[in-house]
Amino acid sequence: MRIVKKKRLMLILLMITGIFIATFFGLRAFNDNLMYFFSATDVVEGKAPKDHLFRLGGMVVKGSVVRQPSGLTVQFVLTDMAKEVTVQYTGILPDLFREGQGIVANGKLDANGIFIAQEVLAKHDENYMPPEVAGSMKKVPTEATP
Amino acid sequence: MFMRFIYKFSSPPYFYAISAKMLPWLTVLFLVLLGYGLYGGLVTAPADYQQGDSFRIIYVHVPAAWMSMFIYVVMAISGGIGLVWRIKLAEIVSISSASVGASFTFLALVTGSLWGKPMWGAWWVWDARLTSELILLFLYLGIIGLYSGIEDKRTASRAVAILALVGVVNIPIIHYSVEWWNTLHQGATVTKLDKPSIHIDMLIPLLFMAGAFKVYYFIALLLRSRNELLEREQNAKWIDELLENVK
Amino acid sequence: MSEFFAMGGYAFYVWTAYGLTFVLMLLGIIKPLLNHKHILRRLILKRQREKTS
Repeated sequence: MRIVKKKRLMLILLMITGIFIATFFGLRAFNDNLMYFFSATDVVEGKAPKDHLFRLGGMVVKGSVVRQPSGLTVQFVLTDMAKEVTVQYTGILPDLFREGQGIVANGKLDANGIFIAQEVLAKHDENYMPPEVAGSMKKVPTEATP
Repeated sequence: MFMRFIYKFSSPPYFYAISAKMLPWLTVLFLVLLGYGLYGGLVTAPADYQQGDSFRIIYVHVPAAWMSMFIYVVMAISGGIGLVWRIKLAEIVSISSASVGASFTFLALVTGSLWGKPMWGAWWVWDARLTSELILLFLYLGIIGLYSGIEDKRTASRAVAILALVGVVNIPIIHYSVEWWNTLHQGATVTKLDKPSIHIDMLIPLLFMAGAFKVYYFIALLLRSRNELLEREQNAKWIDELLENVK
Repeated sequence: MSEFFAMGGYAFYVWTAYGLTFVLMLLGIIKPLLNHKHILRRLILKRQREKTS
């Protein structure tokens, strides 16, 4: 009876290990499709798709946001701390959109290398704190999250 | 000593009797934790520096998401125990967990959506974290469906345990999805190995809510397991005695 | 007090999330409780039928 149980246990462990290995290789094969966005460096180095829509993620460079006087069009620069890409967007921005904020934009590159966004999503970091604490922490240079 | 306790606890009449005694205490514990967690989360916790009051959704979203994974692991492990040692109570615990886990997964997805819309600017995005959590919901629904589709409940338990064990692979994927891929969902806050990046006044209510949700799961699990036990053991002698006392 | 309910302008999102959680968790307790009564009643009836037949 004991041996039967041991056999069952080994069989189950073997099955689970097999599934984990299969999933690991499966995910590695599909890695690029799981990437939700490309970075500015990917775009500058030409890794991002040229002819169809893709998502671009990065941080809005401080002082780069220019609102056109007519309409809702905004232009700003996105950075991943290495390379920069200019983004143009017409529409309503999410509440969290501000300079220094991480965002993800969905769109296409135009002939001049400007990223024409159709949608802009704000990405917030994993830090939660009251405004007073955030204010006192600003004096210390913090690591930026893309 | 420990094994003897397990065997005693997993004897159906003993489990049925002791769970009835545990339920009132668990309910009190749940209400205390919930009351403190809600008060702390909605009233005393300060608003977030970036997200304002919308961040308060964290107090239902994060505990629900944690529970959705925790319950899955409990379900798979007890399913595996049932498979190897054929302990009836393990099978019952496994299947009784499924519907509680499914509703927590659903809650994690919906509250996340209600949080994503004002903050990110979208109800839903197909990023790795959200997609893997959706797969978790489908796993739960598949398990519930498979179990109800098989007439003989002991066979059904075995089939369900195998499906649950196969699906365990999704759990580390959910947890590490925010590290392995560029996702819109931010990284881990509390379970980071270095210190959690959440202010202590915001963290304490979160831990209370997480505790409350865990006790809630235990209550819901006991209630469902008792029902399942009655159904399966309906012809047993101890049920005859039990029914005598009900009348 | 009204400031509390306004949730800094996020009232809809915050209260819908909490409300839905509350409703689902309550249902998750009420359903098995009702089911328990139902099962007990059915088993008692079954026993009585077996005795009389």
